[in-house]
Amino acid sequence: MSEPRSGTKLGLPTPGDVLSPLALQKRTFKLTGGRLAMLVCALIAVLSLVRIVTGAGELDSAGTIAAAIGFAIPIGMAGLGGLWSERSGVVNIGLEGMMILGTWGAGWAGVTYGPWWGLVAGTLFGALGGLLHAVATVTFGVDQIVSGVAINLLGLGVTQYLSTLVWPGQPTQSPSIPAIPTFTLPWISDTAKSIAQQGWFFVSDVASIVRAITFQVPYTTVIAIALLPITFFILWRTAFGLRLRSCGEAPYAAESLGVNVYLHKYVAVFVSGGLAGFGGAVLATVLSGIYREGQTQGQGFIGLAAMIFGNWRVGGLSAGSLLFGYTQAMQLRSGEAVHALLLVIVIGMVALAAWQLYRRRMVPGIVSLVVAGVVFFWYANTDSVPDQVSYVTPYVATLLVLSLASQRLRMPAADGKPYIKGQDH
Amino acid sequence: MKEGVISTDTVVGDVAVQLRGITKTFPGVRANYDIDITVRRGTVHAIVGENGAGKSTLMKTLYGMHRPDEGTIEIDGQVVTLRSPSDAIARGVGMVHQHFQLADNFTVLENIILGDEPASRAGVIKMDVARGRIQEIGRAYQLSVDPDALVEDIGVGDRQRVEIIKVLYRGCKTLILDEPTAVLVPQEVEQLFSALAKLKSQGLTVIFISHKLDEVLSVADEITVIRGGTTVTTVLPSEVTARQLAELMVGSELPSPETRESTVTDRKILEVAGVSLANDAGRLVLDDISLTIHAGEVLGIAGVEGNGQAELVETVMGLQKPQAGTVVLGDEDITAWSTRTRREAGIGYIPEDRTRHGLLLEGTLWENRILGHQTEAPNAKGVLIDRKGARADTERIVADYDVRTPGVDVMASALSGGNQQKLIVGREMSGNPRVLVAAHPTRGVDVGAQAQIWDEIRKARVAGLGVLLISADLDELIGLSDHIKVLLRGRFVADADPHTVTPEQLGSAMTGAGGEGS
Amino acid sequence: MRKLLLALAAPVLALGFALLVTTVILLLSGHPPLEVYRQMWDYGTQPDSIVLTINLSTTYYIAAVAVAVGFKMNLFNIGVDGQYRLAALFAAFVGGHVELPPVLHVGLIIVVAMVVGAMWAGVAAVLKNRRGVSEVISTIMLNYVATGIIAFLLAPDRFAELIEGSNNIGTKPIGPSGQVPGFDVVSGASSQIYGTIVLAVAVGVGFWWMLNRTRFGFDLRASGLSPTAATASGIDAKRMVLFVMLISGALAGLIGIPQLLGAAYTYNLDFPAGLGFTGIAIALLGRNSPIGIIFGSLLWAFLDVSRQILDLSGVSKEIVTIMQGVAVLSVVIAYELVRRYRITAQQRDVGRQLAAEAELAEAAA
Repeated sequence: MSEPRSGTKLGLPTPGDVLSPLALQKRTFKLTGGRLAMLVCALIAVLSLVRIVTGAGELDSAGTIAAAIGFAIPIGMAGLGGLWSERSGVVNIGLEGMMILGTWGAGWAGVTYGPWWGLVAGTLFGALGGLLHAVATVTFGVDQIVSGVAINLLGLGVTQYLSTLVWPGQPTQSPSIPAIPTFTLPWISDTAKSIAQQGWFFVSDVASIVRAITFQVPYTTVIAIALLPITFFILWRTAFGLRLRSCGEAPYAAESLGVNVYLHKYVAVFVSGGLAGFGGAVLATVLSGIYREGQTQGQGFIGLAAMIFGNWRVGGLSAGSLLFGYTQAMQLRSGEAVHALLLVIVIGMVALAAWQLYRRRMVPGIVSLVVAGVVFFWYANTDSVPDQVSYVTPYVATLLVLSLASQRLRMPAADGKPYIKGQDH
Repeated sequence: MKEGVISTDTVVGDVAVQLRGITKTFPGVRANYDIDITVRRGTVHAIVGENGAGKSTLMKTLYGMHRPDEGTIEIDGQVVTLRSPSDAIARGVGMVHQHFQLADNFTVLENIILGDEPASRAGVIKMDVARGRIQEIGRAYQLSVDPDALVEDIGVGDRQRVEIIKVLYRGCKTLILDEPTAVLVPQEVEQLFSALAKLKSQGLTVIFISHKLDEVLSVADEITVIRGGTTVTTVLPSEVTARQLAELMVGSELPSPETRESTVTDRKILEVAGVSLANDAGRLVLDDISLTIHAGEVLGIAGVEGNGQAELVETVMGLQKPQAGTVVLGDEDITAWSTRTRREAGIGYIPEDRTRHGLLLEGTLWENRILGHQTEAPNAKGVLIDRKGARADTERIVADYDVRTPGVDVMASALSGGNQQKLIVGREMSGNPRVLVAAHPTRGVDVGAQAQIWDEIRKARVAGLGVLLISADLDELIGLSDHIKVLLRGRFVADADPHTVTPEQLGSAMTGAGGEGS
Repeated sequence: MRKLLLALAAPVLALGFALLVTTVILLLSGHPPLEVYRQMWDYGTQPDSIVLTINLSTTYYIAAVAVAVGFKMNLFNIGVDGQYRLAALFAAFVGGHVELPPVLHVGLIIVVAMVVGAMWAGVAAVLKNRRGVSEVISTIMLNYVATGIIAFLLAPDRFAELIEGSNNIGTKPIGPSGQVPGFDVVSGASSQIYGTIVLAVAVGVGFWWMLNRTRFGFDLRASGLSPTAATASGIDAKRMVLFVMLISGALAGLIGIPQLLGAAYTYNLDFPAGLGFTGIAIALLGRNSPIGIIFGSLLWAFLDVSRQILDLSGVSKEIVTIMQGVAVLSVVIAYELVRRYRITAQQRDVGRQLAAEAELAEAAA
């Protein structure tokens, strides 16, 4: 329903509001191409500086970056799935369960028929989960969060049971899945490697990045990255995409214009499950090489967080996924590297504080400075970070990102709201 | 894809739409019964009736949103079955809803082409083609809009224009306008009427649904009156006066909102001073607002929706905290008080949207009686809820306020709008409020209930209640208020004496055109 | 009467459907369903199994109530799992290092558990109130963070000690003054019913009373039925979020108590995990009602106990997991259908009744 905006703020955020009060942020920071490039360069510079100062080469080595990209794929695919679903107005908390189904599908079909079939099977299994969610929420009008939670439970149970059928001796993990082929750009990647090994400021770090994206890159990475602009094109440039997004913004308006809202929601949630399944399949096939029970470790939810961070847009989602992928990669790195990351955080907080104070936001600015101080103190007084702390890095990062970003975002207007055909509004 | 501009190769006077014997029943309610209407092409045909007479249901039938139980629809001489709005559009019938069906986060262009996008084989939208067509329509009918503006950024009159273009874009030759002037002020109404004249001259047909008789008389070529779900008669505007039309609509004595003797005392009961409120974007939605209400006084706030009325109500109720200014109740500064404390102190609240803010639709009536008054007797004893007390008191309210219900254990959603509102009024009055904040208290309420609610307000007024009345119904405002203030863009721009002001004067003040009222 | 039938219709339908699905799967995998069910029933109704069922359901019940408190308000505390484990660890640690007279000892342990659980849930509440972060995601993240914290603390020089003769590591066992004895109620059983069943009963009664008899409970239910109407009526939404999350977390803290004080007396690597998610499932099954959850807990516990026999007959235990999962999904669908039916039915009934009354009035006039 369309009314002149009057800023009324009655009521709690509705459930499934995977987000904040209806904050209409008109003065959004315009992220132009130029500014984005500047930001990226600044980031690389900071990482480079800290690397040199602390000697923690793993901070942004080619291996770390490759791992970061690798981890970003499942997270990003889950997030992309979330985007498809929420753009049509359906909150999909069940992404984790659909991802689990994807890992299992990849394990079973990958071992038996080969890795590509594993990917296909994983995607299909996830899509089936999506279909179930669609039936429950779109046709039966069940609360979307409740349905998502139920599907997570069901996904776990189904995969556990199927595992006992297929691998009776060792039901918690599958035999190895044959690997997905990779590609390498020989001359570029070798040159990049040697530059990276020089340890020069900034240049070597860029070389590490180049190395990471040209050396033994699995084809699934290419597919996954391609899915991003494809999604953008479909949702923002085609008639189908316009109608799908209208279901998430004003479904009753769409209905009055003859758009089949139920159909578009079904398709969106089905695709959403498929993408999450694909993400799970990649996780099992490429990152782990096997199916293992519980291997998703909450990445479906982190994907959702990446989607929120990205303001329900593909570009932001990608950035968020890379960020969280990086934290996942750090989870497995040495305590030394994570320790060096602390210094990066300090620098980041100081920069943030400077910007907040510049914008005259005194209290947040001071808070940022204090946090920077505390983290620096921690950094200065320890040599490395315990394993358990590295373990929680991605989850704490998610919390931090959501806490800082939630207020400036705009989710689809009808997201999370039940839609019943024929009901005026 | 159809043309945007229609050529007049049809004869004015042909029948565009013919409804015969339309009947539609819902569970428990017969909304339309044996409706017969003939709409001639190239005319503006008005359908009038009071709230709840069945106009909206009828229009939904004509627009394909549901099927009639009996009767036929003929469009351009052919009997049709409309299974969905797309069928209606395909037949050339388009609807501009009372509550705009627009996606705020989309541009004007996206809203217009949705569902009928010019696209390549592969489905890619051809933006230039779309933009071209919209501009063509704008030129032909003098309806200009900026295709790339976000709908949430444009005003009400512009949004209505978008809705009209939406319909014309699809090649509709018959437009249904459902209460189009409900959200417009007199000047915008004039603009709409000249647009309608242009459409008529191009051979289009307009079905105009309204309950504003003066407007109907000035713009319509034919008027059909609907009462109690069925057609009463069809007349020419030259043959009737507004008064006669009203009598046809209501069938009995008109409710008169006139109040004559003054009950205003000089005891100040509510004082708002210098209140300013900014929204999230930093824009001032309330700018230095001051008002005083005395015991026994009804202060009416006039203004087009979206000029700060909702925010004013929320500020008084404590649902929003102003950046500046104070709110004083009696002798106490309540600016920092919570909503609950304010209600406990004696501020009653009849919200504008009862289903969202006034009721728990899935709660029982006695639970709804407690709502808003959970901390007071007879609903509560200390920290506990007093069920017996609440139920007994709900029975009393049902009796005193004539709430039609079989019992107090039914869900609120089972009651009609008018009865729900009566329950709310009864609930709020039972708290013995000192001040009543009534936002559109008779919106969507049938005439009988409306009269009862006005009566209750008048009675309480005599007993010393102060009332802050916000209403879009100028007759209600003029009839009930002792004093009127006009709100425009967050500021009070005019004061008016209801005994002497006219709707036109108020309308001018509400749009900022012309001078003050009174 | 009709209300009762409607209330029962949904879970019965859902369970029937789950049973149907399970039967089909069993048939497809070549196991005779009736035989399997008979085995489960026989095993599950033995005295020792009954004791186990009741003890399990005690824990499950508390878990489900902890979740239901929030769900009633559409506040989804998925973090119950992390909250209870963290609470159990701290409570076990404190309980093991302290010597107090029996009632005080037990009381202290319970208090510590509730406080830790409430605080952990409180983090999510603050994030939601202050920063608008969805509690669904934040509590899930906090689950993982809790796992990390527990892994960090459950180490020899911190909260725990190595247990001799095993790979296990656990907190110092709680002395006899902190242990709660059980009841010998079921004849023929070799084990006892947890004394802490009293706690579960108290939780249930308290939940019911709070929900239906107190102003706070009214505010809670109103916030769940219509957040907008609740705010307009004076309910402070943020206060509600905070209090309800704290209560939910405190109750979550109690989940580990039966195990801690009735059987294990220590927090170690074997301490049951995943009870939070079981609680969520049962809360959904029981439609967040204090009475419904009783049946849900008993049923779930019975299934969990009787499934153990399946190992012996070559059927994998996880078939029961599927049954449980299908039951949860179908029950939420069934509840929604029943809810809608109720609304339209009542609208129709009231419409008819009023029309009949009107006719009577006309006839009399």
